[in-house]
Amino acid sequence: MATLLQIHEPGETPAPHQDDKKAAVGIDLGTTNSVVAVSVDGALEVLTDDDGQALVPSVVAYAPDGSAIVGELAKRLLLSRPDSVVSSIKRLMGRGAADVKSLGGQLPFDIEPAQEGGSQLVRLNVAGRKLTPIEISADILHALRERAEGRLGARVDRAVITVPAYFDDAQRVATKDAAKLAGLEVLRLVNEPTAAALAYGLDKEAEGLYAVYDLGGGTFDISLLRMEKGVFQVLATGGDAALGGDDFDHAVADHFLKQRQAELGETELSTSEVKMALMTGRVAKECLTLENDGQWVLTVGDKVTHHKLDRVTFDDLIRPEVKRTIKICHEVLTEAGYDPMDVKGVVLVGGSTRVPQVRAAVAGFFGSEPLADIDPDQVVAVGAALQAEALTVGSDTLLLDVTPLSLGLETMGGLVEKVIPRNTPIPVAKAQEFTTFQDGQTAMAIHVVQGEREMVDQNRSLARFTLRGIPPMAAGAAHIRVTFQVDADGLLTVAASEATSGVEAQVEVKPSYGLSDEEMSTMLRDSLMHAQDDMELRLLTEARVEAERAMLAVRSALQADCSLLSMQEREVIGEEMDKVIDAIRGQDRDAINAAVENLDAATRTFAERRMDKGIRDALTGVSVDALKVGEGDA
Amino acid sequence: MNDANTLKSCWSCKGPMPAEELFCPTCGAVQGPLPVNHFRRLGIAVSFDLDVPALDRLYFDLQRRLHPDRFATRAPKEKALSQQQATALNDAYETLKDPLKRADYMVHILGVEVLPEGCTLVKDQKILIEAMEMREKLAAADTMEQLNVIQRETKAEIQDVLSALSLAFQGHDIPGACELTTRLKYLDKMMGEVRHARARMLA
Repeated sequence: MATLLQIHEPGETPAPHQDDKKAAVGIDLGTTNSVVAVSVDGALEVLTDDDGQALVPSVVAYAPDGSAIVGELAKRLLLSRPDSVVSSIKRLMGRGAADVKSLGGQLPFDIEPAQEGGSQLVRLNVAGRKLTPIEISADILHALRERAEGRLGARVDRAVITVPAYFDDAQRVATKDAAKLAGLEVLRLVNEPTAAALAYGLDKEAEGLYAVYDLGGGTFDISLLRMEKGVFQVLATGGDAALGGDDFDHAVADHFLKQRQAELGETELSTSEVKMALMTGRVAKECLTLENDGQWVLTVGDKVTHHKLDRVTFDDLIRPEVKRTIKICHEVLTEAGYDPMDVKGVVLVGGSTRVPQVRAAVAGFFGSEPLADIDPDQVVAVGAALQAEALTVGSDTLLLDVTPLSLGLETMGGLVEKVIPRNTPIPVAKAQEFTTFQDGQTAMAIHVVQGEREMVDQNRSLARFTLRGIPPMAAGAAHIRVTFQVDADGLLTVAASEATSGVEAQVEVKPSYGLSDEEMSTMLRDSLMHAQDDMELRLLTEARVEAERAMLAVRSALQADCSLLSMQEREVIGEEMDKVIDAIRGQDRDAINAAVENLDAATRTFAERRMDKGIRDALTGVSVDALKVGEGDA
Repeated sequence: MNDANTLKSCWSCKGPMPAEELFCPTCGAVQGPLPVNHFRRLGIAVSFDLDVPALDRLYFDLQRRLHPDRFATRAPKEKALSQQQATALNDAYETLKDPLKRADYMVHILGVEVLPEGCTLVKDQKILIEAMEMREKLAAADTMEQLNVIQRETKAEIQDVLSALSLAFQGHDIPGACELTTRLKYLDKMMGEVRHARARMLA
C-alpha cells in the first residue's frame, strides 16, 4: 500500500473521504414538472433523460408492490389507472383535507379522513396505501436524484431545493422532510423567484430594480429585487400558494364538465371523469396558447361528449385568475413604496407565463415587454444549481431574502399579535414577553400562526407549543421570554425561558400540518430508499466536518505558538492528532467524536498558556504606548 | 478607547484574540456577535444623518463574510454562529436604514434615563389634533386628485420633520427628538393609510 511510504508531519495528512468530485445539485420541485440541474466549475447543465427531456412530470404511479414510477410514464398511466397515480401533489404539501380544491363536487384525490386531535396533514389513498404528500414528493425527489446520479456517474446526496416564495412554514418543513426521506441533505431552501433572479442576473449582468413574475402549475409568486454587483436583495415578495396554471385547467375542465352534464343529463361525477376532464383541460390550455381554437372529446366509460373552445372564451374563463395575479403585483409594489415604472425589467418564470393573456397583462401592468429569454421552465433549476455550487465551492454572490408572511401569536379573543412582520430580511430573531394569569401557573400554551389577517382562524395555524416547567409564582410575576427565530431557509424555531428564574421552559411542538418526530422516523425506517443508512452517513459526515474543524484549529494554534510547548508536549499533541486522523479515516462516528474530545483535553494546557501569553503581550503593548506618550509630553 | 485591545479566547482554537474581531486571526473561525449597538455593529458613528447607500455597502460587505450561505458545509457550531451574526446584522441594518426606526432607536439608546416611557406617549395635544384633522381630511377625500394632494402634503411634512430631527440630534436635544419621532410615527401611519386608500380607489 502506498500509505506505508507516506511520511508526514503530525496532523498534516489530507483527510481522506473528502470526495470533492461529489456534486451538489439544484432541484426545482414543481407542481406540474420538476427539473434537476448541476453546475460544476461554472459549467451549467440541466440534466436530461435519454430522449433529451429536461422536464420530469411531477406525477407518481404506484405499482401493487408499492414501488413508484415517476415522470412521463406515470403521466401516461394517469388516465388508464387513475386510482394509483398522483399528480400536482405540491398543492397539498403542508396542507389539510379542507384545502383540497374540488371540481364539480368531486375531489381529484381520494382523501383519508384526518384523525381527531392528530396532525391535520392530508393523507391520500393510493393503490391501497395511505400516503402523505411528503412521501409522494420524496418519490419524485428520489427519481430526480437517480437521474442526477446516472448522468453524473457519482453519488448525489446534497441539493438546493426551490420552493415558492409564498410557501408558509408548514410547506417548507414538508419539502425538507420529503428531501430527508429521499436521502438528500438540503443545503438550502431557496425561493423560486430568487433562484430565477440569480440565474437571470448572473447571465445577463442585470443591475437595478427587477420584478420576477412566477406563475407555475400551482403557485404564484411575485418578488421585487434589487440586483447589483453580485448582490441579490429581495425587497418584497407576495403571492398565492394556491394559484397557478392548474387553475386554468380547472376552469376549462369545469366548463367542459358543465357542458357534458347538460348533454348527458347526469348529476353525479366520478373521480375518473374529473381526472379525465382535468387532463383534457390541460391539453386545451396548452393548445390555445398557440392556436386560436380547437375541439376536444371526453370519453369516460362508453359515454362520449364533444367540446369546442376558442381563445376568446378561454381568456374569459381564466380572466379572474390572471387579474388576481396583477392585483397581487400591485399590492407588493405599493407596500414596498414603488411604482410599476420604477421596475427596470420583469422576468417571467413558470410554464404558465406562456399563456398569451398572462404576458399581455404583465406587459400592461409594468408598461414594458417582460423578459423570457431564459426558458421559464428551467430558469429556477438553473438558479438552484448555481446556488448549490456557491454553497459548496464558495462564491462572491450574495442572496438576501425575506419572510413572505407575517408570523404571529394567538392572543385573547382569537386575535393575532404579529411578532415578525412579512418582508423582514432573514435570518431574523424576535423575542416576545408573556406572563402567567393564574397564581402558581406552571405551563402555558402558545399558538403560532402565519398570515396577514387579524383573526386567528383566518390565518394558517403553524403549531401549538406548550411551555412547561415555569416555576410557580404569583399571577403576572413570571416573565416568559419566547424567541422566534427564522433561519436562512425561512424555517421557524421557537425557544422559551423564564427571565426571573432563568428556567428554560421545555417547548413541546405539535405541528398543525406536519409530521411528528415519531412519524418521521417510522417513515425513514419503512422507506425503501435506505434513508436510514443515509441518515447514519450524514451523522458520520458531520462528525468528520467537526473533527476537521478541530484539527484546523489545533494546527493554526501550533503554527502561531509552537514555542510555548516542549518537544515532549508537542509529541503528545501530535499523537492525539494522528488518532483523530485515523478516526476520520474510519467509519465510526463515536470513535471520531471521542478522538476529538481527547485532542481537546490534550491541548487544554496549551490553550491556557496561549491566553496567558496573549494577555502578557497586550499589557506590554500598553505600557510601551504609555511610555511613548510620556516621552512626548515631557 | 482601550476596547480594541480587549482580549478574549477563541471558541475554536482557544487562543487569545481581539474581542471585536469577527474571525479569529489564528484559526479563522467565525465568532459570535458582540452585544454592541447597531451603529457600532456596522462600524459607523452614532448619528441621525446617515448616508443610506454607504450603509447598504457596509451591510452587504459584512453579510458577504457572515451570511449562513458562506458556512453551508462547515461545522454545526460555525453555522450557528454565522446565523447569529447575520441575524444581528439584519436587525441593525433594518433599524438604521429607515429614518423612523433610526430616530426611535437613537432616542432609546441616548435617552433611556431621560425618557423611561419611550416615545409612544403623546403629551402634546397639538400632535393629537393634527393627526385627527389629517384623518378627517383623508376620510373626506373621494377623488384621486384629493388623495394626491394629501400624499404630497404628508410627504412634505415628513421632510420637514426629518430635517428638524437631524438638528435635534445634532444639538443633543433628546426630548425634542422624542416629540418629533412621535410626530413622524403619525405621519408614517398616515402615508400608509393614503396608500391603502389609493389601492382601494384603483380596485
